[in-house]
Amino acid sequence: MNLTTKALLLVAGLALAACNNPRAGGTFGGGGADGFGGGFADGGITMGNLGDPNDPRSIAHFQQRIGDRVFFTTDSSSLNDTSRSTLNAQAAWLRSNPQFAIVIEGHADERGTREYNVALGERRANAVMQYLIGQGISANRLRTVSYGKERPVEACPEQRCWDINRRAVTAISGVSS
Amino acid sequence: MTRLFLFLPLLALLMGLVAPPVAQAQPLRLQITEGVIEPMPFAMPAFVPENSAGSQFAEALARVVAANLSNTGLFREVPPAAHIARVSSIDASINYSDWRAINVQALITGAVSVSGNRMTVKFRLFDVLSGQQVGQGLQFSGTTDSWRRMAHKVSDAVYSRITGEGGYFDSRVVFISESGPRGNRTKRLAIMDQDGENAQFLTDGRALVLAPRFSPTGDRILYTTYETGGPRIALMSIQTGQRQLVGDIPGAQTFSPRFSPDGSVLVFSAARGGNTDLYRMNLSSGQITQLTSSPSIATSPSFSPDGRFITFESDRSGTSQIYVMPATGGEARRISFGQGRYSTPVWSPRGDLIAFTKSHAGRFHIGVMRSDGSEERLLTASFLDEGPTWAPNGRVIMFTREAQGGDPALFSVDITGRNLRRLPLQGPASDPAWGPLLP
Repeated sequence: MNLTTKALLLVAGLALAACNNPRAGGTFGGGGADGFGGGFADGGITMGNLGDPNDPRSIAHFQQRIGDRVFFTTDSSSLNDTSRSTLNAQAAWLRSNPQFAIVIEGHADERGTREYNVALGERRANAVMQYLIGQGISANRLRTVSYGKERPVEACPEQRCWDINRRAVTAISGVSS
Repeated sequence: MTRLFLFLPLLALLMGLVAPPVAQAQPLRLQITEGVIEPMPFAMPAFVPENSAGSQFAEALARVVAANLSNTGLFREVPPAAHIARVSSIDASINYSDWRAINVQALITGAVSVSGNRMTVKFRLFDVLSGQQVGQGLQFSGTTDSWRRMAHKVSDAVYSRITGEGGYFDSRVVFISESGPRGNRTKRLAIMDQDGENAQFLTDGRALVLAPRFSPTGDRILYTTYETGGPRIALMSIQTGQRQLVGDIPGAQTFSPRFSPDGSVLVFSAARGGNTDLYRMNLSSGQITQLTSSPSIATSPSFSPDGRFITFESDRSGTSQIYVMPATGGEARRISFGQGRYSTPVWSPRGDLIAFTKSHAGRFHIGVMRSDGSEERLLTASFLDEGPTWAPNGRVIMFTREAQGGDPALFSVDITGRNLRRLPLQGPASDPAWGPLLP
């Protein structure tokens, strides 16, 4: 591969990343490179084609069309009908894309204390993990991490922000080993 | 970093040069149990330089002492511009009428000399109304690097002599320094003097870090780190900066670490399968035992100062409330019964009070209650107050306050609920944990 080709691929990759990354917090659900040594795959940097959301096998499709997250009410980890419907579709996608491993991130809004929110985030992430296992996804592909209130999607001191921050995000963490 | 923490031991020597024994009863005394409405007026003239090299510290030492005393809310400085008398020597006799004339009740005089990188700081305390010295003069010796600590030592001695309580000025606070966008905050472990000075970073910001705690002797720090991807507990030696991960429970996310009062035991939370329980680990043997096994959240533990009990928060009743159980586990008794959610209980150094975070009706409060849950008092109210930590003498509480739409900052408040103050730090800060009085 010559240098020009490499550069073109790089530019293409950046463009794809830009249009497929609607959130400020980082490509795969808000973890962000800054605090975590560069991602979830043992700190290693992996590169994958996010693809076209119209392609049902793409991660972009998973994130944007199926929806990579479910939401919770205050202090709760209960899944409602909307959440279950989203998770059913996530499970179907994961069944047909068995090469991917998953990290489920649990998050809380900022209206609680820091350590309680870490515990609450784990409880939410676990609720999603158990549901996906119930839908036939192998536990070997699933892992949870709680961010408590440390990684809000939107930081505003209003109900509308707290509502979208109380979430569990199913993040494609790379190729399953 | 290393240099900051390698303080040479401060030598406290009795001077006993001219100090007469404290004769009459009724010395200068401030009763602060009920809180003080009218602060005691004091004067702190510049320290007398006993050699030319000492003059560079003469004014600075006096300003640190005066700020410490004023910041308690218990004392009010009569500023140097109002002074009539000039202090020319720490051993000269005091012209009390000059100080009475400007309504000073407590007079502190000081002297400083510097030789190379060593300095000696002396002080005396006088009761202006009764016209006598309170206690004997004291002197401290150390490196010039630690000049602030010597001013804090003087402040602690003055505070103790007047209030009859232990001081807290020569102590440090670990906290989290924040930067960057709210959605992807960079958080660094940091340490500062209790007055907000000398702030230093202890981690580089690559990993998210939360909620540090000092060891009882102030030489180690426990905190939660995301350096492996999820929450884990790290133990850092302040002296060497070396860190290790501790309290590993396979398949669990671990956080909320605390030392026992003798420093030998770590108590922490482990979250696994949607359930968070408390565990204890012997730090020398590594042996881990489970303390709670309730299908609910148990976190934010805090030992009683005698080490016999642990207070913690749990939502086993449906909302977060405060519980007390034996330090080896066993039946937990709920002690919070007011309206709202109770969180982050912290036992006071004296053992009589538990400070906590309370949220109710959209507001957050720092409060205290007796360790049996009685006599709850709320000290603060704001959009978001959380995470109280006690000064070593149990008189002052520091906590995180986040104004609506603003950045978090560190605040302190007297346990009477008076004297709310914001710590003068650069940039957003959170999760303070007060260390012990330094030796």
